[in-house]
Amino acid sequence: MTSEPWWKIFYDFTPFTKSIDEGLRSSMSPFWAVTTEMVIVGILFLLFYAVVGLFLVYWERKVCAFIQNRLGPNRIGPYGIFQTVADLIKLLFKELIPIKNADSFLFNLAPYIVIIVNFMVLGAIPFGKGLHAIDFNIGIFYVIAVSSMSVIGVLLAGWSSNSKYSLIGAMRSGAMIVSYELSLGLALITMVILAGSMQLSVIVEAQRTGWFIFKGHIPAFIAFIIYIISGTAETNRGPFDLAEAESELTAGYHTEYSGMKFAFFYLAEFINMFIVASIASTIFLGGWMPLHIGSWEGFNKIMDIIPPFIWYLGKTFFIIYLIMLLKWTFPRLRIDQLLTLEWKYLLPINLVNVLIMAFLVLMGWHF
Amino acid sequence: MEEQVLNTAINEDEPYLINMGPQHPSTHGVLRLVVSLKGETVKNVVPHIGYIHRGIEKMCESLTYPQIIHLTDRMDYLSAHINNEAVCLNVEKALEIEIPERVKVIRTIMAELTRIQSHQLFWASYGMDLGGQTCYFYGLRDREKVLDIFEETTGGRMIVSYSCPGGLMYDIHPNFQKRVNDFIKYFRSILWEYDAILTGNVIFRERTIGIGKLSLEDAVSYGVTGPSGRASGFSCDIRKHDPYSAYDRVKFNEVLFTEGDTYHRYLARIEEMKESMNIIEQLIDNIPEGPYTVKMKPVLKLPEGEYFQKVETARGELDVFIVSDGNKYPFRMKFRSPNFVNLGVLNHISKEFKIADLVAIAGSLDFVIPDIDR
Repeated sequence: MTSEPWWKIFYDFTPFTKSIDEGLRSSMSPFWAVTTEMVIVGILFLLFYAVVGLFLVYWERKVCAFIQNRLGPNRIGPYGIFQTVADLIKLLFKELIPIKNADSFLFNLAPYIVIIVNFMVLGAIPFGKGLHAIDFNIGIFYVIAVSSMSVIGVLLAGWSSNSKYSLIGAMRSGAMIVSYELSLGLALITMVILAGSMQLSVIVEAQRTGWFIFKGHIPAFIAFIIYIISGTAETNRGPFDLAEAESELTAGYHTEYSGMKFAFFYLAEFINMFIVASIASTIFLGGWMPLHIGSWEGFNKIMDIIPPFIWYLGKTFFIIYLIMLLKWTFPRLRIDQLLTLEWKYLLPINLVNVLIMAFLVLMGWHF
Repeated sequence: MEEQVLNTAINEDEPYLINMGPQHPSTHGVLRLVVSLKGETVKNVVPHIGYIHRGIEKMCESLTYPQIIHLTDRMDYLSAHINNEAVCLNVEKALEIEIPERVKVIRTIMAELTRIQSHQLFWASYGMDLGGQTCYFYGLRDREKVLDIFEETTGGRMIVSYSCPGGLMYDIHPNFQKRVNDFIKYFRSILWEYDAILTGNVIFRERTIGIGKLSLEDAVSYGVTGPSGRASGFSCDIRKHDPYSAYDRVKFNEVLFTEGDTYHRYLARIEEMKESMNIIEQLIDNIPEGPYTVKMKPVLKLPEGEYFQKVETARGELDVFIVSDGNKYPFRMKFRSPNFVNLGVLNHISKEFKIADLVAIAGSLDFVIPDIDR
């Protein structure tokens, strides 16, 4: 470690991670050093996954209680913060009910596919300066490609449970995710045009003089709204929660799941929401980059006092809060209306928006 | 094992049957709908009833008239007081008892409060059927206030059993008038929230307008009454056409629409809540003084004959038909419950709509399953 004060680490993790890397490489062969690093990062992600998942479940319950004039969980721990931990323990001890005539291999595989996809996307997200597992040069492309794989888990779950409700739920979810992937991708591509790069670290660095939502003004804002809408659909959350519409299909694709396997799906939904919000905050709101305004040096200095990962978490949770508000205020759309919204409105708007953005960048009319 | 999974693959010609219920979140009870689907489109709906059949009509044949009152609570539990009133009015008509004015007015107020709380629960659960869970808590928040008034006066919150042949079980609580006035003031001031959350919502309007259209002819021929029938333009309000209790002395509008779709069935109920508040306001401040019940004989024996009374519950026309052989028990008792008749139209109006619309349509007919099965 350098002579810098210890709290400097919160502003830049690069020296810290570098020193660990160097330490490992000096004591073992490069292969084992990388393997050890991967194991460490994997364990950290597991912990992060569990903590974020549990917190989001708790927070969702509190937000919906706030909207619905209720108190929400308030018995276990102060303000009920350990409620989700208690729920988790309950789910761990619950019986895994075997389903008659279900395709047991695929049935058991489905929740893991969803979870693995979540992990793969989490690896590419920059959480803070230097807190970035893999920095691909095709970061956004990777994120879009991998996150669309989660539909396989959902389809498998619906298909293999051999239940009619599950099958309808899975088919709905398939139709929905495949359509909304387009908008999601196009909204991100709009921003890639502005950024000029697909590498997430470069995108974040490019927002040092101002977040993209301000830099790209009108088209960026349109892309942001489309991204939030299609991101909500992507995560199967209300008002797009057709795949698990409980008033129509009881629980949709995970009707037949019980115990921990159900919990995986449940947790995956929340982590998916976290991922969508993370990408939105990275691409549109600067990720871990503090709020900077062009050449206002003093203002930028003051903003830099808040550590980057606090900025990152703040922005991400703000977007999650927006998505939660959407869910708890709107009724559910019908499947044909959902597809109409995508194919007749969002997609054309998006295509025009990409053109506008390209023109804007070409003419240099952005900030 | 893989084979069995593959065998369930959909055959083009065969209907894809799914069982909605008897345990299903959107059937509001133990109604079972066997739905034939083609993709997401509903081709046929066959309701299977009887999961909560308790034989109330048969039980009535071995109970005295004051005892029957308590069974009628358990039919349409959301219109409990109106059911009580129907039997009471019929027995009083048979015995030719003159009922004090005070009783008539209090019964009317209680009936309208019952209607309001029933429609509040409809609003709450309808929002939930369409996936907006917040409505449920808003609806129940206001419904609690009505139930508190019931509890104070009658001792029961939902199953009130307040009327009895000859009058009321007990007089109103001294706070009754004040609390009802407070409630109406409160509810008028908060009704805009209902519109803000659901009525004006784009998704809600998209989901309901033009869905499940019921024409006037079909409403009449299927006998769909109550707000569901009036949304199609079927003028069937018993309170207007055949006034009982104190309805002949109050001014109110019969809520009528002509569209007959899901949205207007919903709107009819919202408007009815406002009309109910108008009725209560006209009566609450001048409840006549007098006895709350007339002295009745300890054993009520209806003279031989057939007696008929109809009332307007929150869901439509409830008819009570008594055949008496001069005994203290009825010889035969028949209820024409509005929900049973309204259920008949479900298949007719939900064909060719999506499965999500089936939930919306069934919700807008506002079924109470114990009333269907009795």
